[in-house]
Amino acid sequence: MEFIDYIGHLWDTLIASKGMFYEATKLTLKLTVVSIFIAIFVGLFFALLKISGVKPFVWISNAYIFIVRGTPLIVQIFIFYYGLSYGSLQISGFWSAALGLAFHNGAYIAEIFRGAIQSIGKGQTEAGRSIGMTSGQTMLRIILPQALRRALPPLGNQFIIGLKDSSLAAFVGLAELFNVSTTMGSNTFDFMTWLIIGAVYYLILVFILTMLVGYTEKKLAIGD
Amino acid sequence: MAESREMIRVEKLNKHFGDLHVLKDIDLTVGESDVVVLIGASGSGKSTLLRCLNFLEIKNSGSVIIEGEAIDPKKANLNQIRQKVGMVFQHFNLFPHKTVLQNVIEGPIQVKKMKRATAIKEGKELLEKVGLADKTNVYPDKLSGGQKQRVAIARSLAMKPDIMLFDEPTSALDPELVGEVLTTMKQLANEGMTMVVVTHEMGFAREVSDSVVYMHEGRIVERGKAEDIFDNPQEERTKAFLSSIL
Repeated sequence: MEFIDYIGHLWDTLIASKGMFYEATKLTLKLTVVSIFIAIFVGLFFALLKISGVKPFVWISNAYIFIVRGTPLIVQIFIFYYGLSYGSLQISGFWSAALGLAFHNGAYIAEIFRGAIQSIGKGQTEAGRSIGMTSGQTMLRIILPQALRRALPPLGNQFIIGLKDSSLAAFVGLAELFNVSTTMGSNTFDFMTWLIIGAVYYLILVFILTMLVGYTEKKLAIGD
Repeated sequence: MAESREMIRVEKLNKHFGDLHVLKDIDLTVGESDVVVLIGASGSGKSTLLRCLNFLEIKNSGSVIIEGEAIDPKKANLNQIRQKVGMVFQHFNLFPHKTVLQNVIEGPIQVKKMKRATAIKEGKELLEKVGLADKTNVYPDKLSGGQKQRVAIARSLAMKPDIMLFDEPTSALDPELVGEVLTTMKQLANEGMTMVVVTHEMGFAREVSDSVVYMHEGRIVERGKAEDIFDNPQEERTKAFLSSIL
């Protein structure tokens, strides 16, 4: 009986708090979309540096990936937060967290793009060059469209990680899903209920994201 | 054809891959409308020689002269030269994310800045010429190997090259599909295209080529008319090679 009662309580709380969590979900989504969007460009940039073969570019790219992979995300977010939101820059908490997450995800996305680009056969580049295309044209019109298609499954995975990692923005004071869950938990001493509700929202968001990635994969699969 | 214009001249060409000396002092001339067939065992350097002609490989020394112009790969606009020198690959290398027609019009639109409508019109004519008018909007993965290779030929021709290079164009094909590609190539030869062809199709060499070049270990061993090379080879190595394949 106790269990059924608890489920009832959980359900009631979920319904009663939907307005509050709606706002928190919006913030989590905004944080994820903005940071992933920036991370895609950062990742592509460093992937291209790394495959350029130009030594200093390769070093810069390697150093970036080394730093990101070698330090905890929470440390990176704090460094961005204290580095950007104080002093003369005065960047908002939202943007410092978004940039921190983008900086972090960018490194992993760079490696995904690099792998995908290098998986496209040399023959494709040669075919492009043999009809007189420049290396830039060949990259943009021949290699990248194919690489992007191959990158999509691991990219989708990274997007999901990015979405969940956005919970760390709670520690720089953003009222996103995890922050609201723990705040409500400590206000009511009913941590379990609020954490489960938070988890449900994450699950729904990840589910939607997974569907979107799957749909895009299918759309791009034409001709492959 | 003694009066013909010289399209390709290679002098003292050397190419190394690391310690490997792949091409050794190669001299070769190809006149206008000539069809030159390169034969030799794998590893003899014939594909590398071909790739040096459109600068997919850059020579280490010697000179490559295309239509009278000595090309210094460091200074020349290689993209411009490659427009004049088309290339067909063993593995087709069609763009899998583009339809047959998109494959063919990519070069004219992106490189030659041709109007889209003109490129489409010319592209369709080329596809008709190679017998694939009904495949314009199909993706390459729906084509047989022979059809893919004919699309690849059309893609090269769309740039209106003066010279066409073929790197074992039928080697990746099922035997029953070889004929259709060779027919397209013969048609091209009859129209007066200058062609350099790396192939193991001795029938094609005999029927179409103006001369056959036999290569061994990075050197040109013998060059002559097909019937002379095949029926009366002068060099021992050529004899050994021919007896091994015929």
